[in-house]
Amino acid sequence: MSSRKPGYLRPIDFRDGVVDMNHGAGGRLGAQLVDDLFARAFDNEFLNQGNDGALLPVPPGQRLVMATDAHVISPLFFPGGDIGSLAVYGTVNDVAMLGAQPMYLSAAFVLEEGFALAQLRRIVLSMAAASRLCGVPIVTGDTKVVERGKGDGVFITTTGLGMLPQARDISGANARAGDAVLLSGSIGEHGVAVMAQRASLQFETGIESDSAPLHTLVAALLQAVPEGAVHVLRDPTRGGLATTLNEIARQSGVGMLLQESTIAVLPQVAGACELLGLDPLYIANEGKMVVVVAPDAAPAALQALRAHPLGRRAAQIGQVVADAQGFVQMTTGLGGRRVVDWLSGEPLPRIC
Amino acid sequence: MKYVDEFRDGALARNLAHSLAAAVDPARTYSFMEFCGGHTHALARYGVVDLLPASVRMVHGPGCPVCVLPIGRIDLAIGLALERGVILCTYGDVMRVPASGGLSLLRARARGADIRMVYSPADALQLARTHPQRDVVFLAIGFETTTPPSALVLRQAAREGLKNFSVLCCHVLTPSAITHILESPEVAQYGTLALDGFVGPAHVSIVIGSAPYEPFASAWHKPVVISGFEPLDMMQSILMLVRQVNDGRAEVENQFTRAVNREGNRAAQAVMAEVFELRDSFEWRGLGEVAHSALKIRPAFAAFDAEQRYALQYRAVPDHKQCECGAILRGVRQPTDCKLFGTVCTPENPMGSCMVSSEGSCAAHYTYGRWRDIPVVAA
Repeated sequence: MSSRKPGYLRPIDFRDGVVDMNHGAGGRLGAQLVDDLFARAFDNEFLNQGNDGALLPVPPGQRLVMATDAHVISPLFFPGGDIGSLAVYGTVNDVAMLGAQPMYLSAAFVLEEGFALAQLRRIVLSMAAASRLCGVPIVTGDTKVVERGKGDGVFITTTGLGMLPQARDISGANARAGDAVLLSGSIGEHGVAVMAQRASLQFETGIESDSAPLHTLVAALLQAVPEGAVHVLRDPTRGGLATTLNEIARQSGVGMLLQESTIAVLPQVAGACELLGLDPLYIANEGKMVVVVAPDAAPAALQALRAHPLGRRAAQIGQVVADAQGFVQMTTGLGGRRVVDWLSGEPLPRIC
Repeated sequence: MKYVDEFRDGALARNLAHSLAAAVDPARTYSFMEFCGGHTHALARYGVVDLLPASVRMVHGPGCPVCVLPIGRIDLAIGLALERGVILCTYGDVMRVPASGGLSLLRARARGADIRMVYSPADALQLARTHPQRDVVFLAIGFETTTPPSALVLRQAAREGLKNFSVLCCHVLTPSAITHILESPEVAQYGTLALDGFVGPAHVSIVIGSAPYEPFASAWHKPVVISGFEPLDMMQSILMLVRQVNDGRAEVENQFTRAVNREGNRAAQAVMAEVFELRDSFEWRGLGEVAHSALKIRPAFAAFDAEQRYALQYRAVPDHKQCECGAILRGVRQPTDCKLFGTVCTPENPMGSCMVSSEGSCAAHYTYGRWRDIPVVAA
C-alpha cells in the first residue's frame, strides 16, 4: 500500500505457489502478498492511504447504509462468475436494495493453507474488475490464513457502505395490499449453474449464473417513478423467489397472490430442476430483484426495468393482498391454486 | 419446456375439468386413492384438486418411499456411519428423516459421521472403488422404481469382487402395500374407508407392468388406472376412474401408455430377481409389519449385504403416540384430523413420516394446501 519499494528476497510465485501460514503471520511475506496482489489489483486513493482504516468523505444530507455478506461457495469458479465477483456484486446489491447508492466496499479474506496462489490471484483480479465495473472501490481489507483442513480454499466477507437520501424509505416492511409485485427477470440460473458444477452431479446445462450488480437498475427504476412509489426492493438470493416473497409478506404483514405463468424460467433451468426434482421458485439468483411498487406506478416501473439490460424480461408476477396469515399463494399454470411456502432446510432432490 | 409443458397446459386442464364435471353422477361421491407420493405431490403442487368436482375426493396413499421407511432402519444406517465409521450414501430426501435420539442423517453428519448424498447407487459404487481403504454402504430405499439400480450395483460389485461395498436394503413392494390397505379392517370389515378405485403408480408400473394390479380389479372389484405423474395425466386418469365407477366396471386401465405396458421391463425384473428375494415380513412406518412386502439380498450376494456383513440387529421404534400417520397412510384420516399437524409437527420439525418428504400427504398439504383450512381475505 505504501509507495516504498521493499527489497523482497524473491517475487511471489503466482504460477505454482500456494498459500502458507506465513502469508497470514503479519510478517514480510504477508506484506508482500498485500502489496503485490491486493493493493495492486484494487488500487484506489482510499486504499492507498495505507492506514489500518480508510478515511471516507460522506456527502452532506445523506444517510449511511451498511451491509455485510460472508461468501462461501463450492465450486469457487462457476459458469458466469466466481467467488470474487460474487462477493462484490452480492454486497453492492444488498446496499442497493434499500435504494441507496453503493459507495465503498471492504473485503476480508480467510485463506486455507495450501490454496493455490494462481487461483487466489484469479479471484482477486475478478474482484477488482467487478469493483471497477460497479464504480465501487474496495477501500480496506484484511487477510488471514487458517491451517489446511480448517477452511474451504477461500472465504470472502465484504461489507458495503452506501448513501441514501433523507426522504427515501424502501423496506421489506412497506408492502401494502394492492401493490404490484414485479420481478426483473428469469429465475434459478445461479443456483442451477453452481449445482451443475458440483462433483456429485456434473451435467452439462450451458446455464450461466446471473450474478450481476443491480445498483444501476435500481437507480433507473427510482428515476422513473415518483419518490415513495417503490415500497420494497429485494434480491431473491438463497432460498429463491419463494423465500424472498415470504420474507416480505411476513415483514409487511400482508399476503401475496402470484400468477405462475408470468414467472420466467429459462428452459434449461426448468429442465435441470425437473431432472433433480427441484422447484425453480426455491433456487438462488444473484442478479434479479423483486420490486413491490404502488399500483399506479407499476407501468412506468416496468418500462424502466425493461429498458435496462438487466431487466429486459421484467414482468409483473402478482399483487400484494390483505392476509393476516401472510400466505404467498399462486394460481398455477394449470388453473389451480397453491401456497408458495418457505423453504424448509436445504432443497433436497426427490428420488421418485 | 418441450415435452413437459404440454402436460401442464391450462386450456387442456379446463377442458378436462369440464369433462369431469359432466361425467360425475350428481347422486353420489367418489373416493380414489392415489398410491404414489409423486401423484400426491403433483396434485398439491399444480393445484389439481381445485379443478376436480367437489364430489371427487382424493385419498393419499402410502406410496412415498421416504415416508414409509421405519425409524429403526435409519437408526441402523446412522449406527453404521457413527459407530463403524463407514461412508454411508443415500438419496437426498432421506437425509432429513427423523430417527431416534433426535438424530437424522443430516444431524449425524454434523456429529462427524461421513454421510453423503448421491443421485444414483452407481455413485456409491464409484466411491467404494476410489476409497478402497474405507467401507462404503449404500442405504437403498424405495419401491420397484429404485430397486433395479440397486440390483445392478450389487451385481457389479460382485463381478468386480469389491471388498468394501455393501447395501443396506430397504426396498419395498407396491402391490403388497395395496393389498394391505384393501385387507385393512377399515376397508374390508367396517367400511369406514370408502375406496372406489386407485390411481396406479407411474414409474413403478414401468418396471412391473400393469399385470400385477389385475387382482385388485378381479378379486376386490376396484378399478385401477395407471397414471403418469403430470397434472393432465392425473386429471385424465381420474376421469377414466369416474367412468369405470359409473359403468360398474372394475378394470386395470392404462392412461400412461407412453411408458407402461402389461409386462413391464423384463430386463429390470430379471436383474431384481437375480439379486433380491422376498422378505417374510417388513416393518412399514405407519402401517406396521406387512407380510411379503419387501425385498432382501439373496444369499449369493451375502458379502454385499450390510445387514449380514455388520450383523445388524433391527429394533422397531414406535412413532409419537398422537401421530396419526398410520391412519393417514391407510387413507382413513386426513392430515388435518391429526392434533400434531401444523402445530408441533411441521416440515422443519417432522414428528411423523408423512411430514418428512414433500411427497408425504401431511407435508404436501402443509406446504401447498393449508390455506384451504384458513380463510384468506383477498385485497
